[in-house]
Amino acid sequence: MSTATKSKTKTKTMKTNNTSLTDEQLDAFGEELDAIRQRVLADLGEEDAAYIRNVVKRRQQFEIAGRAMFYLPPLWPLAVASLSVSKILDNMEIGHNVMHGQYDWMGDPGLNSRMYDWDTVCPGEQWKYSHNYIHHTYTNILGKDRDIGYGILRMDEDQPWKPYYLGNPVYALLLMLFFEWGVALHDLEVENIVAGKRKLEDNKPLYPGLIRKIRNQTIKDYLLFPALTGPLFPLTLAGNATANLVRNIWAFNIIFCGHFPAGVATFSQEECEDETRGHWYYRQLLGSANITGGKLFHVMSGNLSHQIEHHLFPDLPARRYPELSVEVQEICERYGLQYNTGRLSKQLFSVASKICRMALPDRKAKTDTVAVTEDALAA
Amino acid sequence: MGLGTTILRSKAVAALTFPQGVDRYLEQVNPMWAAHEVRARIVDVHREVDVPGHPPVATITLQPTSTWGGHRAGQHVQLGVEVDGSRRTTRVFTISSPDSRAGDRFTVTLRANPDGVVSRFLVERATPGTMVHLSQAQGEFVLPDQVPEHVLFISGGSGITPVMSMLRSLQRRTHRGRVTFLHYAQSPEHQIFAAELDEIRRSGHGIDVHLLHPELGDPNLSPAFLERLVPGFRDVPTWACGPAPMIEAVRAAYGDSEAPSTTLSVEYFQPPRTSGTSAEGDVAFARSGQEAPNSGATLLEQAEALGLKPEFGCRMGICFSCTAVKKAGTVKNVLTGEESSAQEEEIRVCVSAPVGDCVVDL
Repeated sequence: MSTATKSKTKTKTMKTNNTSLTDEQLDAFGEELDAIRQRVLADLGEEDAAYIRNVVKRRQQFEIAGRAMFYLPPLWPLAVASLSVSKILDNMEIGHNVMHGQYDWMGDPGLNSRMYDWDTVCPGEQWKYSHNYIHHTYTNILGKDRDIGYGILRMDEDQPWKPYYLGNPVYALLLMLFFEWGVALHDLEVENIVAGKRKLEDNKPLYPGLIRKIRNQTIKDYLLFPALTGPLFPLTLAGNATANLVRNIWAFNIIFCGHFPAGVATFSQEECEDETRGHWYYRQLLGSANITGGKLFHVMSGNLSHQIEHHLFPDLPARRYPELSVEVQEICERYGLQYNTGRLSKQLFSVASKICRMALPDRKAKTDTVAVTEDALAA
Repeated sequence: MGLGTTILRSKAVAALTFPQGVDRYLEQVNPMWAAHEVRARIVDVHREVDVPGHPPVATITLQPTSTWGGHRAGQHVQLGVEVDGSRRTTRVFTISSPDSRAGDRFTVTLRANPDGVVSRFLVERATPGTMVHLSQAQGEFVLPDQVPEHVLFISGGSGITPVMSMLRSLQRRTHRGRVTFLHYAQSPEHQIFAAELDEIRRSGHGIDVHLLHPELGDPNLSPAFLERLVPGFRDVPTWACGPAPMIEAVRAAYGDSEAPSTTLSVEYFQPPRTSGTSAEGDVAFARSGQEAPNSGATLLEQAEALGLKPEFGCRMGICFSCTAVKKAGTVKNVLTGEESSAQEEEIRVCVSAPVGDCVVDL
């Protein structure tokens, strides 16, 4: 009944799908992207291996340098910076990408998605379920993708407003500061428990792994390394906490710019029933946004600045995304599809305004503006 | 174990290097440094046999990291190489040198299998200095600490390596008893360790060496032949290693398979091909949603025939890399013939063939 009015990607008729493309175009679109994927898979080799190993080596050097500089109090800011870089590299270019299985083909247990765990309080094992499976399979499908607002925020008009969401900007700020904790607790699906869709007992199997990970991370950063610096204990503790905070803020911002800037589409469950490969690609493309920047910026974002390419090819080594983005943009142009990209400042501003806008109930006018942009794209 | 190793393996170091572990840091400094993992540097590659037109055989000498726990003669090791610096591939090889202690050098002897990524790399391309990844020594095909007065070794082809390790160990242990050594090879040119065996034969330390080439007219393995060579052979502790047909012949000679002989230890050098017994039912791979009529081959082969790429290592039931969960159905272990029908059971798909309908989580 209300599907037609709710859908934001509706366009012309005479199609079984709800997109701006015909079924045939959608299939051809999917085949083109499949071909890119196959080509890159066949080409993986020494350069990719050398690249990720180099990043791992650099991460260690930054970590060791950072931890060492805590012994010299005047170097404290440098120590924090160095440790922050190490934690960001570990979280994004290494942890996120390795746990996606991007380097499984290397057969190296140290870079294998089943073995790797990252330097955050979230157990990699649990993150892989909610991220690789839920988020990457059901990307931007309302009611299925739990990464839309992470069960805390309202990030889409189709999430019904309630007074709780008046706190949207505050919740976003807290989530940013405590991002690793948010990611760790994400798998407990608290919002589904509150809604009665999940039982508290369902979380029981998750507790041991979670507790163990939190304990080990806490002991390392807030007890052992500070203790090793003797009288400098409080300084080192503060330094480690700051490095974790810097990493949290950075990761939060990069990730929020990947799915929540203006113009990113969400989808209804009905639209995605019996979805074809082509539609899956279409949804990944329109459900993600990129950030432009230099090479160093891309490395520090784990190449998630190419969120679109990451969502199209989640298991291809992320270092390939920049070169692939040229091809993807060319394909998008031919099919008349939007390729959402912009500078970090633009995307951040866009996300921040959405967070604030969503705090308030919808105004009727908004649906019109959305429809206009969609029509312009479809044209 | 030195003080350094004790510290590196301590709980404190584990906590400081969590979650990656100390080995990730050590290997960056020196690939020969390790606290838990086992790696080795190749120090020598020696061609044993190089018959034109046939795959060459080489002995590779390895200097392991101090984490290597040593081995008992007859054991094997998983050896992983990085081909072109990126794809690590692991296979199982038998150790050919005598018993080793922790951290000792040892050798593996192998034929460059034309289709074998690892064996060809080791024989044809590896040079001194190349690093390889190892497991600890594995396998139950070993000599007991108290070696019996008379032992019989039977080997075929490359199956000579574990037996050679045993023979060398016995010599080093100055075993005073009798050893009968029976080896089947294609031709004298194909004989690995020919010079060493010749020397052993001539030294006459109670070791009877019989090198047989049935293709050149030597007798085949049979109970009668064994009886002639070693009267009462069924009561002599025997170690046999070789290709499946030879092992089958040895097993038959030592008694029916229902009551396996207690004096006989065997090891397949290659897993037996699945026999062409009537293959019934359908095989379903739950995770990928693939399904096909059961061909009777191993589950690994059937999965690969459907285009799946399950993880695997040795492909002979040793390394457990291919372990997968069988949801339902009966499988037969192609090495032992044992059948099992338990649900939610972990099986090694490389040596498990379905008997009737079968569902595996691959």
